[in-house]
Amino acid sequence: MVAKKYHYTNQVVKWITLVALAVFLLILLMPFIMVTINSVKTEAEFARYGPLSLPQGIDLTSLIDFWDRVNFTKTLFNSTFISTSVAILAVILSLLNAFALGLGKVRGRTWLLVFFLMANFLPQEALAYPLYYFAKFLHIYDTLFAVILVLTVIQSSFGTYLLSSVFSSFPREILEAATIDGCNKLNLLTRIVAPLSIPTLSVLFVFFFIWTWNEFFLPLILLPSNANQTVPLALAINQGQYGMNITAQSASGLLGILPCIIFFLIFQRALTKGITAGGIK
Amino acid sequence: MKHKIASIYIGDTVFLIPGITAFLIIIIIPFITNIGISFTKWGGVLPPVWIGLSNYQRLLGDSVFWLSFKNNVILLLAMTVIPTIVGLLLATFLFDYVTNNFGQGVSSFFRAGFYLPQILPSAVIGIVWAWILQPDWGVVNFVFRGIGLSSLAHNWLGDPSTALFAVMVVMVWFQIGYPVVIFMAALQRIDPELLEAASIDGASWLQKFFYITLHLIRPEILVVVLTTTIYTLKIFGQVYVLTRGGPGNATSVPSYYAYKNFFETQQVGYGSTVSLAIAVIIILLTVLFINIQTRQENAESV
Repeated sequence: MVAKKYHYTNQVVKWITLVALAVFLLILLMPFIMVTINSVKTEAEFARYGPLSLPQGIDLTSLIDFWDRVNFTKTLFNSTFISTSVAILAVILSLLNAFALGLGKVRGRTWLLVFFLMANFLPQEALAYPLYYFAKFLHIYDTLFAVILVLTVIQSSFGTYLLSSVFSSFPREILEAATIDGCNKLNLLTRIVAPLSIPTLSVLFVFFFIWTWNEFFLPLILLPSNANQTVPLALAINQGQYGMNITAQSASGLLGILPCIIFFLIFQRALTKGITAGGIK
Repeated sequence: MKHKIASIYIGDTVFLIPGITAFLIIIIIPFITNIGISFTKWGGVLPPVWIGLSNYQRLLGDSVFWLSFKNNVILLLAMTVIPTIVGLLLATFLFDYVTNNFGQGVSSFFRAGFYLPQILPSAVIGIVWAWILQPDWGVVNFVFRGIGLSSLAHNWLGDPSTALFAVMVVMVWFQIGYPVVIFMAALQRIDPELLEAASIDGASWLQKFFYITLHLIRPEILVVVLTTTIYTLKIFGQVYVLTRGGPGNATSVPSYYAYKNFFETQQVGYGSTVSLAIAVIIILLTVLFINIQTRQENAESV
């Protein structure tokens, strides 16, 4: 009887703890919930019931208005195009660098790794003005190309570092056997190393894509015109603009959140693997 | 045979040509140019004028720069200290208690939930929170008025005495998930037999936590502290969207101050000096971190 009672209280404590944790999580996720429910309210409904009430229906006016106001279709295209290009190019560049530094024999390997890692540590402000000036000088200012070029190099810096350390445990016997069979360097890279590293490369791709999508500072200084803006940039520039009402502002928040939630759901596995493997931030 | 294997590696440097070229153009040359500009007075249009160390002298006596730097140090509390401690507690709780009582699925669900703010772009975090903290109809003030605490309703971001605090709350919210994920992975590394042996020897939960767990996951703690510190020193987007460094300079940070000098007040030379100061601090911290890490690894291998 006593044992049973003890067991019972124990169960209660367990569930109370879980509920407390769930409440904590709910508070943490409140900004997401608030922005979502208020984006589908009409302005009148917001004025009458405030931000906390559940929407009485789904009204897409605010979302559609904001979408048209910033030409969100174009903005989404810009972000997708920049992020995809950077992710692909940066993976290739990281692979080339890491193939030489992680698997090859290169003099001054450690120093070269430090050299590449620099780009990851340096604050972008310390490169910003010269990059802005050079871009103007070369007439690539205000083009997606300029942003792709700069971000590819910055992202591949981390990729080079991570891949080089992953390659230190690459089974070298395979490379030796292939070489003896007459396989040249380029084929070693494209036929053996690259296919065997697909899991790491895809984690890198996902991170490069998301980091580039989230990037704010460089697009801000390199892409001034509305037609070239990325999603975070377009939202920031239009924030609090004259004539934008309450629900339109929450709609802009929701349009910023939604693509990221979609990426999170699609890429969740790669993300968890990457964060825990490399301390990726 | 050995000679043959060694010889197949010659020529690997060829693969570095695209990487090194791109790094020179995008990172090294701009960085060195930036150093050069820091010795000049330049508005960005007419040719720069060499003024030697004047910008550096100005930096040392510039109260706005030091205020920005001080704000950045205070932000470390919100972006490194609190997330690391709370993240450690949450991760241990999820790993030890939730997983054991409710299973791996429930604990992974919470981990993903805590991580969710981390996936947002800095600018979007700013937009969402500026909306929540809006003084007239924002959620926070609405709640305070609703529960009869109208006196607490406040222009959080617009009042110099609360603006930095408000930014800090936002940053804690954003950062918390990252250490949770890293530490939960770290805890999986610990050999359960070690903890069992300690229990048999009569160690309490707290003793096990401090003497075994904390000790063994030191490398991950170091990684979290370094990455979040560097992230704090680079913080820009959230400040840009939430406050533009204001009101006054109440929430200014060095990276925003550099941006302001470059693109708003057209003091490009001085902006370069500010940005260089941030770069030097980050490089020093990184070197320090690598030193600690190497020493730790050496100590472990002995």
